[in-house]
Amino acid sequence: MSHGIRMLVWGDDACWTRPEMKAERVSYDVMTPSGARGVLEAIYWKPQIRWVIDRIHVLAPIRFANIRRNEVAVAGDSGHKIPAGKVQAAMQGGTAPLCIYADENRQQRASLVLREVCYGIEAHFDLLDAREQDGSLPADPTAKHLDQFNRRLRKGACHHRPYLGCREFAAHFGPVEGDFPSCPENLRGERDLGFMLHDIDFADGMTPRFFRARMVDGVIDVQACLAATREMLGS
Amino acid sequence: MQHRYDFIYLFDVRDGNPNGDPDAGNLPRVDAETGHGLVTDVCLKRKVRNFVILSHADALGKNAEDGKPGYDIYVREKAILNQQHERAYTAENPDATAKEGKRKGAGDQIDKARQWMCRNFYDVRTFGAVMSTGTNCGQVRGPVQLTFGRSIDPVVLMEHAVTRVAVTTEAESAKQQGDNRTMGRKFTIPYGLYRTHGFISAPLAADTGFSDADLGLFWKALSQMFDHDRSAARGEMSARALLVFKHQDRLGNAPAHRLFERITVARRDANEPARAFTDYEVRLDGEMLDQAIPSGQVKELKNDVTLMRLI
Repeated sequence: MSHGIRMLVWGDDACWTRPEMKAERVSYDVMTPSGARGVLEAIYWKPQIRWVIDRIHVLAPIRFANIRRNEVAVAGDSGHKIPAGKVQAAMQGGTAPLCIYADENRQQRASLVLREVCYGIEAHFDLLDAREQDGSLPADPTAKHLDQFNRRLRKGACHHRPYLGCREFAAHFGPVEGDFPSCPENLRGERDLGFMLHDIDFADGMTPRFFRARMVDGVIDVQACLAATREMLGS
Repeated sequence: MQHRYDFIYLFDVRDGNPNGDPDAGNLPRVDAETGHGLVTDVCLKRKVRNFVILSHADALGKNAEDGKPGYDIYVREKAILNQQHERAYTAENPDATAKEGKRKGAGDQIDKARQWMCRNFYDVRTFGAVMSTGTNCGQVRGPVQLTFGRSIDPVVLMEHAVTRVAVTTEAESAKQQGDNRTMGRKFTIPYGLYRTHGFISAPLAADTGFSDADLGLFWKALSQMFDHDRSAARGEMSARALLVFKHQDRLGNAPAHRLFERITVARRDANEPARAFTDYEVRLDGEMLDQAIPSGQVKELKNDVTLMRLI
């Protein structure tokens, strides 16, 4: 954990969708570790590293708002996906129309989103492969990645704009000077946030992993919560 | 595309409903906490798509064969272009790899289909799309990202009762003994100036093949799309300012929030209700926008960022 990073991320709206309520989206109370990982990856990521979230600081009051939108549904499907079969047919010169009519495939869906959020993220990365893409071995691979990340953080540069759960909820980000700001008064004390998504295990057939999130004075110690969950479940 | 772009888009509405809320009987969307008006990102994207359909109606997908980008639109609205789109696409032979005796990997096919969709469809190239394939990798993340538009000030909702002198069914006519009058309601806001932020990622543009020409079309769509979206419900909507921060670096040279903070929009007289764009002042670093940068001009800011004022 010697090469940790600290940063702030904030925005107007956020939606960390609960997987059990995603037809009509309901956000978790706070950012999930996988959401935080997505923010970091939007700023800097290479296949040689893997971001690990250590702590999430909740720095703004938890407030919700409701938004209902006309969304596209494809018959017999849960989302607006382009059928691969139709694309294949069109590529071969088929004459069937390849498009969807949004007003015919309409589905109105509500989202319960968070308003005016601000988080502090503490994270580090694991080095999966010290080699460069060309196979050479740099002198200090961890310092290289750390420097690149911190340079981008200070400069405001990013691979793509980070977002808070959904792409319409764009995030702003910056370094944190000194200590993290303190959490709002009403988040002081201890709060059990229940089981939350920790991350998706892409190596294991996209299996979602959950953990029992506990927030103490606005801070979720992800690694400690993970350990406590493992102990509780006896695995 | 070699640059990152962050942009501010200002548009207004007069005596109209810019974006109805399906949860509230089609009332204009408002943030219940603050009373500010909202226009969703998808509402604006719909209009961009419609503009591209209208402006490229003759050339839809035509260029795809030459390897140049096509301008077809995947997510359509029937009302905009009610014609058949039964068009034959000719593409590279998808069976080629199989014939050559190479492995017919599903990944290959997905990637080919993905690239083909990007090449033919402007909206897939710009905003992205999800293709239904076995795994998660058939996803296209578009370079253009829009946020919700929010009004500068809280908006006032007006409800208007309207009458019509015809009924739809004979039964209704009989019930009214031939009087044939029904009441309807429509909702407007007298005036609202909305501000929305957008981001364009150069690395994602490289991934989908979103080109500088596509970017030009996107700016054109934002500039003109309200002119082709007139309806009884909308009232008068206009694009008022499009301020584009162009970064020298493809990953960006400055934090977006710092750039956005430099543009302030405020009511000229806080005691008078706003009813026109002229009731607002847009400033760049405290200087009136028109003086700081006239429409169509470009201004060099510090840190290798250029401000282009397109409207």
